[in-house]
Amino acid sequence: MTYHVLSLLVEDKPGLLTRVAGLFARRGFNIRSLAVGTTEVEGLSRITVVVEVEGLPLEQITKQLNKLINVLKIVELDPSSSVQREHMLIKVRVDNATRSQILEATNLFRARVVDVATDSLVIEVTGDTAKVEALLRVLEPYGIKEIAQSGLLAIGRGSKSISERVLKN
Amino acid sequence: MTSDSTPAPTPAAASSAAPVLTGSGAILASLERLGITDVFGLPGGAIMPFYDELMASTAIRHILVRHEQGAGHAAEGYAAASGRLGVCIATSGPGATNLVTAIADAHMDSVPLLAITGQVFSTSMGTDAFQEVDITGITMPITKHSFLVTKPEDIPGVIAAAVHIATSGRPGPVLVDVTKDAQQKSAPFIWPPKVELPGYRPVTKAHGKQIQAAAQLLVESRKPVLYVGGGVIRSGAHRELLAFAEATGAPVVTTLMARGAFPDSHQQNLGMPGMHGTVPAVLSLQESDLLVAIGSRFDDRVTGKVSEFAPHAKVIHIDIDPAEIGKIRHADVPIVGDAREVLLDLLPAFRAAAKEHAPDYADWWKRLETLRSQYPLGYTDDPDDGLLAPQWVIEKIGELSGPEAVYAAGVGQHQMWAAQFIKYERPGAWLNSGGAGTMGYAVPAAMGAKVAQPDRLVWAIDGDGCFQMTNQELATCTINDIPIKVAIINNSSLGMVRQWQTLFYDGRHSFTDLETGSKSADEQTRMVPDFVKMADAYGALGIRVTKPEEVEPAIKLAIETNDRPVVIDFIVSRDAMVWPMVPQGVGNSSVQYARDHAPDWHEE
Repeated sequence: MTYHVLSLLVEDKPGLLTRVAGLFARRGFNIRSLAVGTTEVEGLSRITVVVEVEGLPLEQITKQLNKLINVLKIVELDPSSSVQREHMLIKVRVDNATRSQILEATNLFRARVVDVATDSLVIEVTGDTAKVEALLRVLEPYGIKEIAQSGLLAIGRGSKSISERVLKN
Repeated sequence: MTSDSTPAPTPAAASSAAPVLTGSGAILASLERLGITDVFGLPGGAIMPFYDELMASTAIRHILVRHEQGAGHAAEGYAAASGRLGVCIATSGPGATNLVTAIADAHMDSVPLLAITGQVFSTSMGTDAFQEVDITGITMPITKHSFLVTKPEDIPGVIAAAVHIATSGRPGPVLVDVTKDAQQKSAPFIWPPKVELPGYRPVTKAHGKQIQAAAQLLVESRKPVLYVGGGVIRSGAHRELLAFAEATGAPVVTTLMARGAFPDSHQQNLGMPGMHGTVPAVLSLQESDLLVAIGSRFDDRVTGKVSEFAPHAKVIHIDIDPAEIGKIRHADVPIVGDAREVLLDLLPAFRAAAKEHAPDYADWWKRLETLRSQYPLGYTDDPDDGLLAPQWVIEKIGELSGPEAVYAAGVGQHQMWAAQFIKYERPGAWLNSGGAGTMGYAVPAAMGAKVAQPDRLVWAIDGDGCFQMTNQELATCTINDIPIKVAIINNSSLGMVRQWQTLFYDGRHSFTDLETGSKSADEQTRMVPDFVKMADAYGALGIRVTKPEEVEPAIKLAIETNDRPVVIDFIVSRDAMVWPMVPQGVGNSSVQYARDHAPDWHEE
């Protein structure tokens, strides 16, 4: 399975997310992750979506998305020319014997402890998918009680800006 | 282009001169200013403020339907016959959901349609209020776009944007859902509103390089086919198509949605391709080395098994919707643009290329003429059961009514026969539900067409199954003086399903008997309902036809009767089948001319 990261610049309208998500569902495209947020421009939002694609259909996905009236621009972000980050909160079981080992791993991954209890820690980690997954593997043996993960965020490298280009036209 | 990019009046344009209107008044004033002259609808609680305004309008004729689905299909028929926007109106809840079938139908067939629905008070939304449904949510997958309006000041901008979206680019249905409080409250009415749709810019003019490439392929081709779809009709490109086809000399096939886009009487027209297409049309695509797809979308009813469709052909695909190009079949030369503009550009490009390299389609035509003479469309004109041949009845209607008439069909066998045996010479003469296959389309669509073009003779060619889905609009026709003619091709069954049961389910006719006609010349069914009595009850002229000699007089009487609608109940054979046929799931080379009779097919 191949994954593609699409960055959508959209008008911030009621029901917009339903339109986008519904399109994926009814055309049979799979969403692996989704992140939605405001942009530097009022009234515009950015949707970063990771889609599962087998060969040809990526073009169909972008063409169908482009037909949505509130979608202004779609850019595929290649890993080599973009910065891609995931954000995860991990609640891990600790005791006096394991606490220091877990803290050490947290430091090695440049993650942070954001909540401390006698029998658990919440660790916050940011990084690309591989790093986040690696930390999870390290913490797994200690007992992961819960995780909360954001969708992938991505932005193109260099000075170019998608929204600037759109607004100029 | 930020938040003020929403279609809404600009504050700067607001002046004290702008009249203050209620939201309802603003809907009406907007429609009037956009040139809307006819609307179809049915009132209810949440749309009452608008209906109160509508009552006073002299510019807009409102036709009160008997079921909202009828309003939707009438608006579709209105649009398809005339090329103008069709408008339908319904209240919230069930009123709105009754429009859903027609909206889906318009979406599949790219019909410009504006659906206006009332919605409960914005303060009640989300509370499961009386007659509340989320109609924008329900119709999201079947509209080109939709709007929910909760503030009166947004109405002019939204209506203008909705009409623009519905009628431009690839046309389609747009829904505007207006809450009752937005209809009741007032705001300054500013016209024209500022409509900015930064995410909507349909490309109409094609890329010059692609035009050149297409022209080059065409002159090099030995076996081209112009594969013409409904986009040619929506774009109004029939004249340009005629000029282009004649300049190239290439054969033309017209899909179910494109009947009439190119004259049937033209020597280059091979007829309709697809599951029930003519043998020459089907096999021309199969044997072709170049398909020039113009406003067509490689629908499964045209291609059959896609992997075996036109196996030797390169493809030039012209469509205004980029998403259609490469969706089903790879395009060697993709051309995004309006069919009319593209053909205008393609003609001189072809002429220039032909000067360098004259195309030669002589051998191709020799082959096609052989197919044409060997496999003309035909039927058995005296069925074993002694009943009328439905194909002959339909052919007669076409002959006696001529090419200037409008023919709206339902869905099923009678639809296919009407597509095959009536000769279409102009766009807008043939109306049907192609993509969605909506039974019940014919009567309300014919009604809409007659409202759009009152001077034309308008036929609904319907089945006994279809007719029972929407025939209540006969009341609308009688009361509003819309004298359509309905030909019920009454085989007393759900004929197309019955045909498939005969062919593919060992003749097990499971629940397809409707008992509206006859089993044979000797054995009548119960005739429930009696369509002639029903016509009479609706104030229409009802005529029953059972014998060949009655056919022509009945059609003539129908044509002459214009003071009320006419319903002719043609009792026809239930065993007549639609041929040729490509069984579902196989390649088009397996086309059967008649049952168990495949044409001579040269595998190359």
